[in-house]
Amino acid sequence: MRNIAIALGAAVILMSSGAYAQEKPAIDQAKVDAAIKAAFPTAPADWQSRLVPDETMRQCSAYKNLPPKAVADAITAREKANMQYPADGNFMGDWQKGEKLAQSGFGLRFTDYPPRDRPNGGNCYACHQLTKKEVSYGTVGPSLLGYGKNRNFGAAETKLVYEKIYNSHASFPCSLMPRLGANKVLTIEQIKDAVALLMSPDSPVNK
Amino acid sequence: MKLRATLLAAAFVTIGLVPMVHAQDSETEKALEKYRQMLKADPWSNPGLLDVDRGEALWKSPRGPKNVSLEQCDLGKGPGKVDGAFAELPRYFADADRVMDLETRILWCMEKLQGFNRADLVKNPHPGGGRPVKELGAMATYVANKSQGMHYAAKLDQPKEKEAVALGEVLFNRRSGPFDFACATCHAESGRRIRLQSLPFLSDPAEAKKVVGDWPAYRVSSTHVMTMQHRLLDCYWQMRMPRLELGSDVSVALIAYLTKNATGGEINAPAIKR
Repeated sequence: MRNIAIALGAAVILMSSGAYAQEKPAIDQAKVDAAIKAAFPTAPADWQSRLVPDETMRQCSAYKNLPPKAVADAITAREKANMQYPADGNFMGDWQKGEKLAQSGFGLRFTDYPPRDRPNGGNCYACHQLTKKEVSYGTVGPSLLGYGKNRNFGAAETKLVYEKIYNSHASFPCSLMPRLGANKVLTIEQIKDAVALLMSPDSPVNK
Repeated sequence: MKLRATLLAAAFVTIGLVPMVHAQDSETEKALEKYRQMLKADPWSNPGLLDVDRGEALWKSPRGPKNVSLEQCDLGKGPGKVDGAFAELPRYFADADRVMDLETRILWCMEKLQGFNRADLVKNPHPGGGRPVKELGAMATYVANKSQGMHYAAKLDQPKEKEAVALGEVLFNRRSGPFDFACATCHAESGRRIRLQSLPFLSDPAEAKKVVGDWPAYRVSSTHVMTMQHRLLDCYWQMRMPRLELGSDVSVALIAYLTKNATGGEINAPAIKR
């Protein structure tokens, strides 16, 4: 299965540029990995995993984020399997804390070390519109203005949005959004705060 | 003085646009465009030109353990030929047996002709905010400026050049790190923004042509010239990747891919960026 996927991925890359395809040299995966390793010589031991895409990222990269159905299904199944939920089953945290982490892009950059006494941000506003008040928002992701209100603040929707933030690929294979929970960017408590920002009736997202 | 006034005025325009942004994205875009136009209106207010002059002086001065200038450095058009050289880079260099972009080639010349230690040069090659571009970067700014008004015409048709472009495309789409980002996350669609910053669609030749030739560029937000190698490092920083080594095959391949996409685009270095 994996080999078929990789072969298909290579085929897609080769075909994607039409006229150039014929003369475009095939790039051996081992060569790419070696080039990456050589290009980041200062990466400490505990950063080595950052240099290597996992199976899901390898597939998304090969298909330029448009996987065929079989691959998409495999990704969804794989990513669903690593979902972790709050121990008490409560998905809603504090929307005010959620707003703070939505504003913050701090964390995991090489200038953020050694770690300071400051939590990682989710940087939601970099890509999403969330509130009317914050006008400096990005448009890589969809606008989330009125997110909870548009879904009648439903319990099932609340769980879905938790899952989406924890691991977007479980519902949307090859989403551009970081796997904020699965990749340990945010803690489960922080994700609950982000859920509250989207789903709480008191949140400025829904005002 | 005049420069400072221009930048200050530009800053006020930026601050001034905040209350009206409520309206629509298009209003925001218009205001940002006005800011950019003000910065472009008076080309001599471009602080990057100071580094062009500094780079020229460095290029022509005897330096390094061998105490020679770089005037014999072959940028692809023959030793000492600087005019138009940047417009034809990256290219394959037989003496080094690899494809090189401008900065990688200058690095090579500093090592081979002047006797500098390569490891020292790549250790900390880019300026922090508020610091001037380093010597290699100033020379790259000078050389790039010597192709100002020309159009990108790198052939990229030799086997190793084609391989660099193909590797660059794979790297452009390669997602990894804790944020799962690739270059393509931000630069594979038109009209998107991060916060208020517009993102060029770099895999699209029409958009690549408009922006790739701006680099090296003077960045108002960090008050120094930022080279293309530095720009790539900055992208990888945001992607939560480690420090990209100047002159690495990855950096050269990405620049080869971007330059290929930008073929025919006008060179406007050093341009002014936000």
